[in-house]
Amino acid sequence: MTAADTEGSTGTTGGPGRGPAIEAVDVTRSYDLGGTVVDALQGVSFVVAEGEYAAIVGPSGSGKSTLMHLLGCLDRPSSGVLRVGGRDVLELDDAELADLRNREIGFVFQSFQLLPRSTALDNVGLPLLYRGTRRSERRELAEASLRAVGLGHRLTHRPNQMSGGEQQRVAIARALVGSPRILLADEPTGNLDTRNGAEVMRILEELNAEQGVAVVLVTHDDEVAGRARRQVRVRDGLVERDTALEPPGTPRVTATARHAAAEQGA
Amino acid sequence: MKGLEAFRVAFDALRGNRLRSLLTMLGIIIGIAAVIVVVSIGAGAREQIESQVEGLGSNLVLVVPGQLDTANPGQGAAAASPMQLSDAAVLGAVVGDDGAVTARVSSAAQVRAGSREGYVTVQGSDQNLPYVFTRPVDQGEFFTQGDVETRQRVAVLGSATSANLFAGADPVGRQITLAGTRFRVVGVLAEQGESFGVSQDNEVHIPITTAQRLFGIDRVDAFAVKAPSAADVPALSRGLRQALREEYPDQEFSAVTQTQILGVIGDILGLLTAVLAAIAGISLLVGGVGVSNIMLVSVRERTKEIGLRKALGARQRDVLTQFLVEAVLLTSVGGVIGIVVGVGGSLLVNSLSPLPAKVEWWSPVVAFVVSAAVGIFFGVFPARRAGRLDPVVALRTD
Repeated sequence: MTAADTEGSTGTTGGPGRGPAIEAVDVTRSYDLGGTVVDALQGVSFVVAEGEYAAIVGPSGSGKSTLMHLLGCLDRPSSGVLRVGGRDVLELDDAELADLRNREIGFVFQSFQLLPRSTALDNVGLPLLYRGTRRSERRELAEASLRAVGLGHRLTHRPNQMSGGEQQRVAIARALVGSPRILLADEPTGNLDTRNGAEVMRILEELNAEQGVAVVLVTHDDEVAGRARRQVRVRDGLVERDTALEPPGTPRVTATARHAAAEQGA
Repeated sequence: MKGLEAFRVAFDALRGNRLRSLLTMLGIIIGIAAVIVVVSIGAGAREQIESQVEGLGSNLVLVVPGQLDTANPGQGAAAASPMQLSDAAVLGAVVGDDGAVTARVSSAAQVRAGSREGYVTVQGSDQNLPYVFTRPVDQGEFFTQGDVETRQRVAVLGSATSANLFAGADPVGRQITLAGTRFRVVGVLAEQGESFGVSQDNEVHIPITTAQRLFGIDRVDAFAVKAPSAADVPALSRGLRQALREEYPDQEFSAVTQTQILGVIGDILGLLTAVLAAIAGISLLVGGVGVSNIMLVSVRERTKEIGLRKALGARQRDVLTQFLVEAVLLTSVGGVIGIVVGVGGSLLVNSLSPLPAKVEWWSPVVAFVVSAAVGIFFGVFPARRAGRLDPVVALRTD
């Protein structure tokens, strides 16, 4: 595929009949750590539909970080098929993979990952820099994106002049500025207090509902995961449970659900 | 990422670490400045010598005994001269003008006038010297053909010697003692100037016949012949050599021209300048290694930034470009500062020290190109390392 094809497919965003945002079929990933082969993922299959809101839950060491790197196209599977935005990741070279990340995926990290010496505007415009967007247009889009997360008054602030919640909102604005199909959030509330964490979750939900961007939340926190319509539970490199494959009405095993059950029982 | 964007990103990164950037640049600044100063001094020296030798007249031919190889100075040292004063007439016949030939013997001796004394070059010459060497007489007169033929003890002083012995007073008619013999001063030559801080005017001219007797010799060291024009020089050189070889069949003679002397001096100076510039260039190389080192540190420090940029869609090439541009910016800004320092230093050397210095127009241009090239050469390795970083590993680094 050439860049022109990608251009074309981006142009039809949201159209009916498009494939899923992410499709994983029996994906494995193993690392060779000086002779010992570690199988971080041992055959994971699931599909994230266009505009879906899903959480990948699992304790540390479950393989969910490896899975997130694969979904984010930062890494390639050892075997299996992984399609992101309809493109088979194993068929792309490094430059094409970088392009795929740039166009299809927005990242939100636990530790925000903002450039400390750059303003909010420059941080948000960074993905567009690698897309070759002109400087003036970059600024416009970055400003619009910052306004969308309620930071219209923080355009020229640097990360150290903002609160953690504001920094994470800048990161969300950056993830969205290139109109990706998938938003990958890795423990987005992990470094925030309850109030800022709730605000960040609210923004993610709003974006999912209003802009139709698929949100994949990676977390070990059941409470956070419980806010997603669907949970994919990962353990020991395998999908332990996927609520999308269960018949409707099956009770969700989440902290909130347990709370509710406990209250009802009382 | 477009070129201009890469420069902006690189500039921001360098500005964020001002002190380190400046110290890294210092190596390049010193290297470039040193090369420019050395090249300027070499060029200045060459120009000064050229103008001095040219002042003698470009149509001067020096006839000396022995096979003088101008391509390899130092080889074929001057043989004992068989030339006699009478050969002046032979050479005069070749050029067609007896007045265009002057004989010379040179030595050095103690000179004294009253209580003042000094050490001077003694030139045994004849009445044709002022014309052949274009040396105007400043005070009094040069000695005459009659003085030469009758071995008069008369002397014409160089301007420095005159100032030294008579301290501004008119020396014409006064007495000097040269190697124990008394001479009457009849004239003073016009100033010739100095070369590398050494005066060319510390000399005493006496009739060559007198000099031969004074030093107990009967040879002539050299004849200087003035050609009618520069175009006649090559043919005249051959004619003069031919004529002398007929006089002395088993001897070799050389006719050395100004251009040959210029060429030899130029070659020596060029070699000297090249060696010094190479030594100065080593400091530039060391500066380049410093740039490489700092860039490696910078890549390691900014591993997370590189990981993030890659996650957001930067290709290997984008990251490589960013760090390469940073290195090139570092060295070329250092280069520009080095050029300013070097040119300023050269002008200072020229005005404050006896060394001449002339900034060649091409040396700043070459210096800039070289400093940018140093950036590319020493920046490629760290930049490639940055470009190849695995984003997963890079993002994990804390």
